[in-house]
Amino acid sequence: MPEIRNFTLNFGPAHPAAHGVLRLVLEMDGEVIVRADPHIGLLHRGTEKLAESKPYNQSIGYMDRLDYVSMMCNEHGYVLAIEKLLGITAPERALYIRTMFDEVTRILNHLLWIGAHALDVGAMTMFLYAFREREDLMDAYEAVSGARLHATYYRPGGVYRDLPDFMPQFETSRFRTEKEAKRLNANRGGSLLDFLEDFTNRFPGYVDEYETLLTDNRIWKQRLVGIGVVSPERALQMGFSGPMLRGSGIEWDLRKKQPYAAYDKVDFDIPVGVQGDSYDRYLVRIEEMRQSNRIIKQCINWLRHNPGAVMLEGAKSSPPKRTDMKQDMESLIQHFKLATEGYCLPEGEAYAAVEHPKGEFGCYIVSDGANKPYRLKIRAPGFAHLSGIDEMAKGHMLADVVAIIGTQDIVFGEIDR
Amino acid sequence: MDMKLEFIKDYVQGGLADKLLSAKCALDELTLEVPAEHWLEVARFLRHDEVLGFTQLIDLCGVDYLTYGDVEWDVTTASRSGFSRAVSGGNGADPFDFEGQEEKPAFDGKRFAVVIHLLSVAHNIRIRVRTWCEDNDFPVVPSLVEIWSSTNWYEREAFDMFGIMFSGHPDLRRILTDYGFVGHPFRKDFPLIGHVEMRYDAEQKRVIYEPVSIEPRVLVPRTIRADQRSPAVEEHDD
Repeated sequence: MPEIRNFTLNFGPAHPAAHGVLRLVLEMDGEVIVRADPHIGLLHRGTEKLAESKPYNQSIGYMDRLDYVSMMCNEHGYVLAIEKLLGITAPERALYIRTMFDEVTRILNHLLWIGAHALDVGAMTMFLYAFREREDLMDAYEAVSGARLHATYYRPGGVYRDLPDFMPQFETSRFRTEKEAKRLNANRGGSLLDFLEDFTNRFPGYVDEYETLLTDNRIWKQRLVGIGVVSPERALQMGFSGPMLRGSGIEWDLRKKQPYAAYDKVDFDIPVGVQGDSYDRYLVRIEEMRQSNRIIKQCINWLRHNPGAVMLEGAKSSPPKRTDMKQDMESLIQHFKLATEGYCLPEGEAYAAVEHPKGEFGCYIVSDGANKPYRLKIRAPGFAHLSGIDEMAKGHMLADVVAIIGTQDIVFGEIDR
Repeated sequence: MDMKLEFIKDYVQGGLADKLLSAKCALDELTLEVPAEHWLEVARFLRHDEVLGFTQLIDLCGVDYLTYGDVEWDVTTASRSGFSRAVSGGNGADPFDFEGQEEKPAFDGKRFAVVIHLLSVAHNIRIRVRTWCEDNDFPVVPSLVEIWSSTNWYEREAFDMFGIMFSGHPDLRRILTDYGFVGHPFRKDFPLIGHVEMRYDAEQKRVIYEPVSIEPRVLVPRTIRADQRSPAVEEHDD
């Protein structure tokens, strides 16, 4: 009688379905998972320690690089914590811009998630579709901040600059004919708001496309229904947030419950799952994309009719106007101090959280009154989600692990920090 | 919000009485300080009490208070040579300080703290609880894993980064640092550049570790300015 032992399998760190650098040590009984032990930290950069050695504003760029598919939402959490300690609020226009770009970011994130998730489960086309739409939204990022991904656009006290009145145009080249350029420029004639409005008009149709491909797809349902079921109690226990919590039937959304930016002034619904399985989480995220689209539309409408400042004037954290700097000594000093030393935060501690596309993203800042944070702790939603993978994957087949990683929407930039 | 927070504060003080060191409301946030020996009891109370119902632990983190309030550039007192400057040589001596630096007194007081952020989904309230480790050389805090499952990885992280031990934790391994890493990188006495660097050695045909070849440097000095207490900012009407 041969001895039967559990089999240990290494999944990753370079596995295409591991969404980055996840090394998963799986203890298998045949094809069934007995224990999943994720080894993380392969992307650990010590963001929190780095931030402790730099003035506050210089760390905004690090926030983009945490969850590198939802850049502006990360910045938002960090900037909110600083604003809380400084006791300032951004002008209303900046709040609406933040709301709009948070939702643009949410769609960006969910598009990447659905592309990667479907690809893992075996539907190649979704990835191509999702990246087609991401292209438009990244153009919006580029128009407003100059960077397609790592925007560094939010600032304590507002946003870096107002929305541009024109969109960059495609030019003809050896690779692009005049006809092709004209087609690409068709919706870029107006301002960024016109461009985004055009997108929001098209986007619900695209979501319908995704749904025709997936929602009633037999294979898709076979792979997701009943996989990774999390009860509401366990979801709370394991620190889940965002779609992972809502998929389990708990109606919890910081945008509604603890509103920040302009979320209390826009109208939207929170989708909630029933079963708590991967398929419900898929439906929740699909509906979130539709709701985000709705919020963007309302923000566009408001922003069109309400011009104004996008940066708080006169605050220590805001740079002075360029024209003032040429004439006013105080402004020149203010600019010099801001550039060389930054600004000091009052002594104290603050925790600010935003509803990040993946869940609750929070920044806990301990300040001793200096121009650098004494301690910055980043609460990344993915960290808590991944810690629940052992419980979610137990008893499932090896192939389901891939579906569970997909449904958790894992990004290693934020987990490893 | 403030009314609610005050109520929670009074309620918690009533329920926990002598187990609390302090309860403070600041910036719309309630912070409790708890001695390490009552850490578990307080956590259980907050988790299971029906009025509070903190069913979710959002975050747990360690904090090292070793250099709290220290500056690299003193701007409050000027000596004969003017304000101190943030330039220092490799050995940490200040070349502008001609009177010789005073010996920094050894750190007294409690160095390591563990901070948790709790969320009550049912009542929409947040709370922060902090405890201090008694021993600076061997910081120990009871583990909260049996109360909130999510603390498992957070405690592993705090152990990895700060070397705080969580007694009763089922699986206290390092989590973020490399296999075989030495030290606890987020401690304030751990240099930002680290102790060792890694490279591939062509002769030995393997990856080797050696002491870091770069020197620590400060680009922007750490300063504390007393006049920075958030000025009253008026928002202009457009």
